[in-house]
Amino acid sequence: MTGELILFLILALTAIASAAGMLLSRHAVYAALYLVLNFATVAVFYLILGSPFIALAQVSVYGGAIMVLFLFVIMLLGAEQIPAEIKWKNILPAVILGLALVGQTLYLVFQKIAFSNLPLENSVAEANPTHLAKSLFSTYLLPFEITSILLLVAMVGAIVLTKQEKKGGRG
Amino acid sequence: MVPLNYYLALSAILFSMGALGILIRRNSLIIFMSVELMLNAANLSFVIFARQWAANSASVFNGQIFVFFVMTVAAAEVAVGLALIVVIFRSHQSIDIDQLNNLKG
Repeated sequence: MTGELILFLILALTAIASAAGMLLSRHAVYAALYLVLNFATVAVFYLILGSPFIALAQVSVYGGAIMVLFLFVIMLLGAEQIPAEIKWKNILPAVILGLALVGQTLYLVFQKIAFSNLPLENSVAEANPTHLAKSLFSTYLLPFEITSILLLVAMVGAIVLTKQEKKGGRG
Repeated sequence: MVPLNYYLALSAILFSMGALGILIRRNSLIIFMSVELMLNAANLSFVIFARQWAANSASVFNGQIFVFFVMTVAAAEVAVGLALIVVIFRSHQSIDIDQLNNLKG
């Protein structure tokens, strides 16, 4: 066993355990914190796979912005008081379907896909953020700009949706 | 080097756990978090394949740029979705999705 394989196994176990903790935790706050751990683990995987920019975007966007938004909403609603609401009635078919999905995908990954090894060439040095930015601002400039419009629309939409209407006002 | 299959298997397991979370939980916030987990698993496989075909393609970063766009769309989706959950909680005093059956005839 090489060191990289050991690192992979430890990180994979952390990712799966934190996902399971999210699924089974009684309180929404704990679920959110487990999900933060899961996102951090996936960010380390991105680093290993040679994409440092995506790894840092994962930490700051997912682990930072999105999960802070989740935690704010949980505390705003007082949803941390809501007890566990796992629906035990349909847990058996759900687990069977989940295992079927895992089995099918693992069969596909281990039996049907021909390649089995990542190439060692094309090292991390070539995948640095400078090259990524060049590609992002030349080939993908239009989607990038459309993304900014999408974020603006989402922001305006969230503000309009949650705006408290005043009584007697024009709303 | 860890084989590609292991990473893909991890991505598949995380995706399935997200799907399982959607099926067994009733709290709409946790269902939303499960959706994020599934998006993340898909992103992981994007990065894996970007690494796999980095050597023999003209544009090395297609997969990584796709992940970037998926993250942006996920952020927009979370903002709007959490706003909807807040509004639903105001009108129903609950975010249990089993109680949101007003459209049921």
